[in-house]
Amino acid sequence: MATARTDDALVARLRSGDEAVFAELVVTWSRSMLLVARTFVSTEASAEEVVQDTWLAVIRGIGRFEGRSSLRTWVYRILVNTAKTRGVRESRVVPWSSLAQDEERGPTVDPALFRGADDQYPGGWRSFPREWQSSESGALAGELRAQVRRAFDALPDRQRVVITLRDVMGHSAGEVCEILDISGANQRVLLHRARAMVRSRLAPYLEAAPASNTGGVS
Amino acid sequence: MVDLTCQEIVELVTDYLDGALDEATTSLCEQHLALCSGCETYLNQMKETASLLGEIPAATLSEEMQATLLAAFREFPADGRNG
Repeated sequence: MATARTDDALVARLRSGDEAVFAELVVTWSRSMLLVARTFVSTEASAEEVVQDTWLAVIRGIGRFEGRSSLRTWVYRILVNTAKTRGVRESRVVPWSSLAQDEERGPTVDPALFRGADDQYPGGWRSFPREWQSSESGALAGELRAQVRRAFDALPDRQRVVITLRDVMGHSAGEVCEILDISGANQRVLLHRARAMVRSRLAPYLEAAPASNTGGVS
Repeated sequence: MVDLTCQEIVELVTDYLDGALDEATTSLCEQHLALCSGCETYLNQMKETASLLGEIPAATLSEEMQATLLAAFREFPADGRNG
């Protein structure tokens, strides 16, 4: 994987015109770049153009890259700026500055799952979350992958961008803050809500069948 | 300091996994997780969720667009690339 190499080596290869390295970066990074771009613009086609424009800007700008951030962060910053500009043109604006939206308020787990204030153990689980069966098990894998994608697509825009960068792409928290220009706290709220939402949608598919599976569930 | 409830723990798991909690709260989380298998399950499922997202099926750019970019890369003058 390209990401395993050091940035300096990658940048040097790109500057020397190494087509194989460039092609590999385009293939691997464009997947999540398309997901990120799509949250800022109205159509898949528009997202493709944003990603293409980003790579063209990378080709033109690699000579000026100073290594103050990682190469990946630099590329994603160009992506986000390009996508934002395009989104504005399409009158599709993701309001990044205001955190206090409904989607970021309230508990992420149904309060009905916890004991009430007058209980002996207030705030404790009424019953523990059911264990998940191994997601490796063959028959489940295809359907599960489709469910993950569906749950992901249903997330609010900002949560989807953050979870794409963190969990789909594997950026660090610090990189995500830098790419999106948001605070660490803001980033964690969005990530937490996104993961909790996806988890709750996957649970029905992964919980061990109640009657047939008695082992391992306490 | 007061013990954390399960309902509080589930809202702290992401901060906990990111190492974003202060020392006191981290150790309260650890104490709770060591004793509460329900919260331990929840934490593991959040980790599992994150790792499943890492395998999300996602398309990359069309071959045509990749070819266009590769051509642009090839044609860009080397002196421009070197700043």
